[in-house]
Amino acid sequence: MSLIPANLRYTNDHEWTRVEADILYVGITDFAQSELGDIVYVDINAVGQTLQTGTSFGAVDAVKAASDLYMPLSGTIIAQNEALTNQPELVNSDPYGEGWMIQIKPDNLADLDALLSPEKYQELIGE
Amino acid sequence: MLKNTPFYHFHQQLGAKMLPFAGYNMPISYTSINEEHLLVRQKVGVFDVSHMGQFIVRGEGAFELVQKLSSNDVAQLYEGKVQYSCLLYPNGTIVDDMLVYCLPNGVYMLVVNAANIQKDWDYIVQHAAPETTLIDISDRTALLAVQGPLATEVLHTLTAMDLKNMDYYTCEKGVFAGVSNVLVSATGYTGAGGFEIYFDQEHADTIWNAIFEAGKSCGIAPIGLAARNTLRLEKGYMLYGNDIDDTTSPLEAGLGWICKLNKGDFVGRDALQAQKQTGLTRRLVGFELLDKGVARDGCLVQDANGMVIGKVTSAAPSPSLKKSIGMAYVAMPFAKPETSINIVVRDKALAAKVVAMPFLPNALK
Repeated sequence: MSLIPANLRYTNDHEWTRVEADILYVGITDFAQSELGDIVYVDINAVGQTLQTGTSFGAVDAVKAASDLYMPLSGTIIAQNEALTNQPELVNSDPYGEGWMIQIKPDNLADLDALLSPEKYQELIGE
Repeated sequence: MLKNTPFYHFHQQLGAKMLPFAGYNMPISYTSINEEHLLVRQKVGVFDVSHMGQFIVRGEGAFELVQKLSSNDVAQLYEGKVQYSCLLYPNGTIVDDMLVYCLPNGVYMLVVNAANIQKDWDYIVQHAAPETTLIDISDRTALLAVQGPLATEVLHTLTAMDLKNMDYYTCEKGVFAGVSNVLVSATGYTGAGGFEIYFDQEHADTIWNAIFEAGKSCGIAPIGLAARNTLRLEKGYMLYGNDIDDTTSPLEAGLGWICKLNKGDFVGRDALQAQKQTGLTRRLVGFELLDKGVARDGCLVQDANGMVIGKVTSAAPSPSLKKSIGMAYVAMPFAKPETSINIVVRDKALAAKVVAMPFLPNALK
């Protein structure tokens, strides 16, 4: 059974976002990390870029396969989690905490309303 | 229609991630690929590989048929000996890779890849003399691979067969876990040592349960196909459909050692002979990434100037070596170990170097 914290918003691509002041933290969900399995590399090199909703900002490599990461909403990437460079396994062990991937300054914070509620995300993964 | 192996209910109970593979619903992973991989390298694990195909060849002309179709020299086999080989097309490309078992009474068993069962069968039948008997026993044969350094310790308690002294690439038929007519073979696709056990699928529950009971104290666990892939990759073993197929020759793939051009005529021999004389234009090599990142199947290979010189056929992060490793066909001038090459991953050229295979040195039988 995957963890789906109630205070987050979710995407169809199995990412989560958390609002802190006017900044969004973004990562992949517990369900996603569990499906991917052992994560060995997080390939993000997009800090400073302004990207549209749905655009790829990087990828995550598990032993079995790689998976693209997508912008949950339009905005500028202001930071990435440097700890993942040497400890990509944090995405497996703590997907909603230490395993966060990027911080976004969103173009329009109201875009958040278009993302999935925890209930809708639960429906999506069918658990 | 997706087929299930006779162990499907066990995979379900264990909560395995299942995926279609070669027409079968197969367990990809049970817990974590890394953990499963390392368990086989360090202790012992069990693979359900019942999807593999088995053909029996017997009767008059059995030896002649197998010798005509096998690139390796079947004349070197003796009762209980197993041999790795290729089935070739006349143009020297590969129909399939297979194991040839020499069983008592002049019977041969060919073990082929699941995805190729029908294709191989049709090909072999087409070459068979009418008096030779061919039987496809794939559907009724269960196959478990028990692999790892503790495999002998676990399995020898289940049989009077002398597993401790069974040489690599030999086999014996006997009573195993109370079931008669079980073929135990000191072979595998992991390079970790161990056995492959063939039996009638009606005994699936008995044998699965006996193995797991016997292995309990060793920490035995089921292993999925994903770890099977990383295990074989570390040892440089070929995967048909990736590293070899009907567009590659065994010489290019580094399988010259199973092509006995002097054994007499066999299908594909003339083409290989010609290729040997003309020289190869490309070669399957091992590589490891030097830059951070992970190479994947299908990535292009470039030289320092960005010219495409080849393509990756198999690649993954190696759980044992903690590196990104892989195999690629590269143009001949780039095939020497230590040659610098680039692997293109998501539009970025990552530095890599050609290395000798196996990636993980052979320490075990």
